[in-house]
Amino acid sequence: MPEITANDDGDDPTNPGDGSGGAPGDGSSGAPEDGSGGEPSIDGIQIDMISAERIEGMRTMEKIRLILDGVRDGNIVILEKGLDPDEESKLIEVTMSEINPDGFTGIEVESYPGAGSNDSGLLGRLIGRDDPNKLTVIGPANRIETLHKDEKLISTLITRT
Amino acid sequence: MNAVWYYVQSDSDFESKSGPWEDDMGLLTSLKSSISRATSSLFAGSEPKRIGIYGPPNAGKTTLANRIARDWTGDAVGPESHVPHETRRARRKENVEIKRNGKSVTIDVVDTPGVTTKVDYNEFLEHDIDKDDAVRRSREATEGVAEAMHWLREDVDGVIYVLDAVEDPFTQVNTMLIGIIESQNLPVLIFANKIDLEDANVQRIANAFPQHETVPLSALEGDNMDEVYDKIAEYFG
Repeated sequence: MPEITANDDGDDPTNPGDGSGGAPGDGSSGAPEDGSGGEPSIDGIQIDMISAERIEGMRTMEKIRLILDGVRDGNIVILEKGLDPDEESKLIEVTMSEINPDGFTGIEVESYPGAGSNDSGLLGRLIGRDDPNKLTVIGPANRIETLHKDEKLISTLITRT
Repeated sequence: MNAVWYYVQSDSDFESKSGPWEDDMGLLTSLKSSISRATSSLFAGSEPKRIGIYGPPNAGKTTLANRIARDWTGDAVGPESHVPHETRRARRKENVEIKRNGKSVTIDVVDTPGVTTKVDYNEFLEHDIDKDDAVRRSREATEGVAEAMHWLREDVDGVIYVLDAVEDPFTQVNTMLIGIIESQNLPVLIFANKIDLEDANVQRIANAFPQHETVPLSALEGDNMDEVYDKIAEYFG
């Protein structure tokens, strides 16, 4: 799945991990806001859709930085394949260390609940219901509000501020 | 039996005090500790299992820890509050001996701060707390959550996951934490707390996590505690 961002500055978005090539969250991909030329300012919410392929070879902290850098820039990050439980645990831990009273208040994460043991075992694995790595949406805590969530539907409100 | 509550220093604090030159001392200390553990287990049976009480903020974790402690040791313990994140450091009560059906089970109870992915000091302002105190609490709360996650990954032998039976259990924090616990292959019991409240819905919790046993209780009122202790003995004994 290709990565899509709302503001494309022409850099190669598939260049992983170096933090300088228009990667989501590096702060370089936004449209100019001073009206001094270049692309016109766009009033909207940037959504970074990150393919499973892109994060596949990354270390845990590289994934976490990719996510948190994007979220701290106010973007919504969508992972085609979510984090594993250990990575989720570390994401919470790193998020906590970066919260500060005057700015970043944390993250909101949405993914489908686990299938549970009723669906695990050989059959569950064969039909893919045992896979913990599911589509995951992560955004700034002050911008995402969950309206409804169950095993099959997540309804979320995303605000600009 | 005497039981003592400890405020638990985070691992990061320990890490900051160690260096490569301390490795030999660390090995010696570790060896001594291992021998001590082996010796004590020879004479006193198996080590108490450390059971972490986890869950979202305001689920009643400290109320449950206090209930268990009062019932089996007589001690009054940590403060309970409606203000979220009242527990901002992990607290451990060692050697809680629970007697069931002629047998006894000894556990260390670790009461942990409520886990969340966000902390906003403005939440505290709604509870008539001034800004400076609110900022301090929010900072301590973030440290507490990080510490709780550290404990979960490395230092507990089993988990009691406490949920407020009035609240919707389908939250991301619950989903992630149960997933993390399962990935560690830790035995887990889900406690549906606050069944004394009119809107409590235990079945909704059981439906949300069908792969685990759900036990209803009111830690505040002491309702259904016999079954709670039966299950603790069964799962963690």
